[in-house]
Order: sequence, then C-alpha cells, then structure tokens
Amino acid sequence: MQVYLPIAEVSVNVFLLFGLGGLVGILSGMFGVGGGFLMTPLLFFIGIPPAVAVATGTNQIVASSVSGVLAHLKRKTVDLRMGWVLLVGGLIGALLGVQLFTYLRSIGQVDLLVTLCYVVFLGIIGFLMLVESTRAILRNRRATAPKRRRHNWVHALPFKMKFRTSGLYISVIPPILVGLSVGVLAAIMGVGGGFIMVPAMIYILGMPTKVVVGTSLFQIIFVAAFTTVMHAYENQTVDIGLAILLILGGVIGAQLGARIGLRIKAEQTRILLALLVVGVCLNLAVGLLIEPSELYSLGQEG
Amino acid sequence: MMRLLLSLLLFLAAPAWAQEERIVAGMSQNRVAIDATFVGSEILLFGAVKRETPIPDSPLGVVIVIEGPEETVTVRRKERQFGIWVNTDAVAVRDAPAFYAIATSGRFDYVLSEEENRDRLVSIEETVQVIENAEVDDAEAFADALIRIREKEGLYSLAEDSVFLDQSTLFSTSVQLPSNVVEGLYTAHIYLTREGKVVSNHVSYVSVRKVGLERWVFNLAHERPLIYGLLSLAIAGFFGWAASTLFRFVFRN
Repeated sequence: MQVYLPIAEVSVNVFLLFGLGGLVGILSGMFGVGGGFLMTPLLFFIGIPPAVAVATGTNQIVASSVSGVLAHLKRKTVDLRMGWVLLVGGLIGALLGVQLFTYLRSIGQVDLLVTLCYVVFLGIIGFLMLVESTRAILRNRRATAPKRRRHNWVHALPFKMKFRTSGLYISVIPPILVGLSVGVLAAIMGVGGGFIMVPAMIYILGMPTKVVVGTSLFQIIFVAAFTTVMHAYENQTVDIGLAILLILGGVIGAQLGARIGLRIKAEQTRILLALLVVGVCLNLAVGLLIEPSELYSLGQEG
Repeated sequence: MMRLLLSLLLFLAAPAWAQEERIVAGMSQNRVAIDATFVGSEILLFGAVKRETPIPDSPLGVVIVIEGPEETVTVRRKERQFGIWVNTDAVAVRDAPAFYAIATSGRFDYVLSEEENRDRLVSIEETVQVIENAEVDDAEAFADALIRIREKEGLYSLAEDSVFLDQSTLFSTSVQLPSNVVEGLYTAHIYLTREGKVVSNHVSYVSVRKVGLERWVFNLAHERPLIYGLLSLAIAGFFGWAASTLFRFVFRN
C-alpha cells in the first residue's frame, strides 16, 4: 500500500515505514538510544530527502522516548534529578549546535562534517564499549565481582549533589558538560544523542547501567522536542504523515524493546549496542573512502 | 517565459503557408491532483491535424514535450581529498525544469532538425544549460550530470517512436508522471514537423496540485510553522503515551 507524503513529496510503502519504525523502536527501548543514528540513514536509503529525514526523525524520537520513559518510570529506573541536570546542559548545547549547523551550512560541506562526526564518534564509542563489555563478560566468567565505584577526577570537583537513584554523590559540573556536548552533537547530527549519552553516563559519570537507559530517554525527549520545533519553524521539513507512520511502528517497538531489555544481562546489552554502533560507523566510513558510483549530487539553491 | 515569447514571435512571424496544417489537441486531464494515495499519473495526449489542402508528400513528424516548472539547481561534484570523497566544485544550473518528457513519432534527430532544435530549445540537452562559470572549466559536465541523475529518477525522459500516428492525421501518446513530481503548472508543447522543419505548434497546460489533507498539511507547515511544529510534537507525545498505556493494559490482563 503506497502513501504520498505531503512534505517529503514522495510516495512510499506504508508497511515499509511501519516496519522501519518498529525495528528502530525495539533498539530504542532495549538500549535507551533514540535510534536516530539508525533511522536517519535508513530513511535516506528508501528515498526520503535528507533534510526531511533528519527533521522527521527527531519528531519520531520524541514519541518513542516518551513511550520508553513511561515504561522505565513504572519500574523506577529513571534518575529524574540527574535527568534535569543533564537537560540544562542539553538544551544549551542544542541551541549552540543549531547555530553551528547554520554556520556550517553557510560555508557548505555540512554533509561531510555530519558524516565525519558520525564516523569519529560512533567509532570511538563503539570501540571503547566493545573492549569494555568484552572484558566485563570475561570477568564475570571468572566469577570475580567487578569493582563498581572508581574514584577519578569527577569526584574532585565542587558543587556536589546527591543523586539517590543512581547512588552517586558527585559534582553537577560533569553532568552539565556531558549534556552540553551531547546537545551540540545532537543538533549537528540530527539525532537525540543517546548513543553518546549512554556511554558517557556509564564511563564518565559512573552511573549504574540499570538507570542509564531511562534517564537518557528522559533527557532525550526534551532535546528532540526542541530540535523538532526548530526544524519545523526554520526549514519546514517535518513531515507529519511520515512521522505518524514511523511513530506507530516505533512506539510498539519501544515497548517490546524495553521488555526485552529486562530479560538480557547488562553486559550483553552493552556488547550488542557496541556491535551496532561499530557496524553503522564502518558502513559510513566505507561510504567516505570508496569512490561513489555517482560523483555528482543535486541540491536546492540557497 | 522566454520560450513562450519566442514561440509567440515565431507564430506571428510565420508566413501563411506554414499554417496550412493546424493542430487540434486534447488531453485526458488538465489537472493532476496529488492526494494521499498518489503514486504517479499518466497523461494521455491526443489530437488531429486539420488541413484544407491535400496531404503533402513529405512524411509528418510529431514531437510532444511536457515540461515542469523551472528552478535553479546546485550541482556538486565530489573529489578525493586526503583519502576521502568530498564535495568540491559546485555549479548552479539555472532554469532546469523539474520534469521534462519528450515523446516523438520517430527518431528525434530525424523528426526535428538540428537548427529547429537549437532555435526552439526542444531536446533535454538544449533546455538544461549552465551559465558560464569562472570556477570550473568543465561546466558542461555538471549539466550532463543533472540530466543523468534526473533521467535515473524518471523525471527526464526521451521516448522515441512513442507517438502513434494514424493516416498522417491522428496522433496520440501517453506520458508518465512519477510520484516524485513537484507541484506547479506544466506545459505541453506539440510540434508538427515536415522534413525536420516545424510547420505548426500548439501549447496547453496541466496543473499539478496537492489536494485535500495533503494541501492542508503543506500549507500549515509553510504558513504557520510554529503551530505545525507544536502540533507534530503533540501528536508524537500522544502516541508515545497511548502506546505505553495500551501495553500496560495488555500485559496486566
């Protein structure tokens, strides 16, 4: 069944979009990532114009994050206090990111920088996660209890605050900085930023894996909502028709994913996410390195 | 616009004998409505040659061109720099039609002479021209790339031998509009030729518009972007909440 999308101005298969939303939704619920870093390239692939894919992707992230957070709230796996602190940084970062994006577009080359951002960040994060989670699994096999709390520079900063749900007593500066840098990247790359946020929370802030997913989703809702309105207002590239189809698949997927996530061990979740991140990274890197079959591309004036 | 003026001028300047044969043409539809189920559309063009004199000996040719609204397109070219493929040179191609379909009754260069093609800008290559650009020395390659990409997307096409001619009088053809066409006023040019010379021509219009819900959404997004953005958010939030509630309900029972 084909449907014509009013803003994207193309005709696409309803079930294809529904399935795409569902697949990304499952991953989103399992790993606490918005799924934007998967959704956006997949939408390019089925012929949605890039500008529309990026903007509509953020709108879909709002829906699947809301759905995911509600599931996590029920199980009390959201550190709301940490969420608000991250959000303060996130919104400032998103605002800066949008300015930076506009500037990059004015000097051209925005596509390249976005792709490079993806390759570099996905590569670093994916590799680190892969190493860490493999080591964690090996450690568990040898049945020695992992050392949880490590004291590093994060604990030496002022303005300390108690985050009871996470069991942390740390300065608010690192979470705000994490939120800020993720916000900047999120706005440039047109994603929620969960795939950067989740590892940062685990490895920099030292939050327990259990609350990381819910808290990340909570924060992503607001950053993605902000970005959606910005895109709709500045570029008129949010396609409600496309968004609804992706959302219908996505929210169902997110619910399933959140329940699947409960059944598998934290280390396994991490290694799966790591493999996914590395896979997407390699795919994009290959695209940059191999000579494209069509060297020319079309763009609108302006 | 230029082309319209040009053809008007040619029409006025043409001597009386050139109009011995006239075109009477019709179309299956003069408006194409883009609604939620739009998957492209086929336009049927047909017509007859009206003449008061006997049929001339030289064979009759028909060239039909459907052209979409013109826009400026930036064509970028990638080059390998520091080991990766990067967009480097860019050329603005002015007046590139969003859609351009040619149907002819025989081989293109046989039906229409080179001079006529150049004067009336009929073929795709004549229509899509780049403005001289100081930054690149092979601007033509960019125009060729634009044509190549649009041909692949089904937006530009040349279909030779696709106009059916009956007894040198009746002609008909059909042109496929793909689902990725843009809105606007499309022109349908019909040229009647003898020995490559245009002896008569005819212009009609097709309006391609979004209708119903598609129209409403598009207008809202462009005229009230803030409200549209907030509406998108509200819908997203509602669906997120609804799915979560529904699932809790389902899992409890």
